[in-house]
Amino acid sequence: MRVLLKSRVTVIWLCLIVATVLSWESVEDLHWVHELRLGGVVVMAIAFLKTRFVMLDFMELREAPVIMRLFAECWWILVGLLVTISFWTGLFGPVV
Amino acid sequence: MTSSTRADVRRLPGEEGVWLFIFGDMLVFGLFFVTYVYYRSQQVALYDESQLRLSQGMGLMNTLILLTSSWLLALSLRAFRRSSVVLARPLLVATVVFGCAFVVCKGVEWSDKITHGITVMSNEFFMFYFMFTGIHLIHVLIGLGVLGFVLTRPNWLQRSTSDQAVSTFESGAAFWHLVDLLWVVLFALIYLMR
Repeated sequence: MRVLLKSRVTVIWLCLIVATVLSWESVEDLHWVHELRLGGVVVMAIAFLKTRFVMLDFMELREAPVIMRLFAECWWILVGLLVTISFWTGLFGPVV
Repeated sequence: MTSSTRADVRRLPGEEGVWLFIFGDMLVFGLFFVTYVYYRSQQVALYDESQLRLSQGMGLMNTLILLTSSWLLALSLRAFRRSSVVLARPLLVATVVFGCAFVVCKGVEWSDKITHGITVMSNEFFMFYFMFTGIHLIHVLIGLGVLGFVLTRPNWLQRSTSDQAVSTFESGAAFWHLVDLLWVVLFALIYLMR
């Protein structure tokens, strides 16, 4: 059990827990920059970064065939960028 | 380790068909996330106001529960591969317990909303809220069923592992981690992003 607890996956889990709590707190802490939507940008960036480590370390895609890892990396980067940038810049904008 | 050796040890955990489903699901949810941001941008004030009626604390607890369940499952799978069935079993049971805790939390959260007159028909934000968390909850229930199936395999009683048993376990674990992954984004998107 001790060997398992000292494994990389435990470190990743601790980092994910800390990142979750920090992003939850940052929404309140960054309320003063609400107009810049910075809180939302930080929260989404952290969330998609977390999905990367869930895929690579929990789902074990780090050592998977290149095509599978490529899909995982492309997914979090593309969906993350699309969601975060469109939220930040109001890319879609309201329909007038 | 040379690059050729690294390439040799690369392997996909679990069944290929399960991964096809997982990647397909990720694409569908990716589309959901972008759709949500699009509709939100049309009525930002409504979404921000409605979001304040959600319990961020409950959302945080749900996230911590799923992340912990994923970690326990990863430890269980590693123990199982080392033929340490005695260690793997309680870790897998703990994973299922955490998964059930998520379902209970979600039930409490939904019933609280419905008690306060908030339903899928209340407004567009809550339509997305109930739809996305509902579809995700179905994934959680399927995941629990899969883990339950893994847990009832004969090898647990025989305290033995085989390549087939490891592969079945890996497939179930990959699906459960997908459930975790999707919730990580849903929590940020629906509960926190504003």
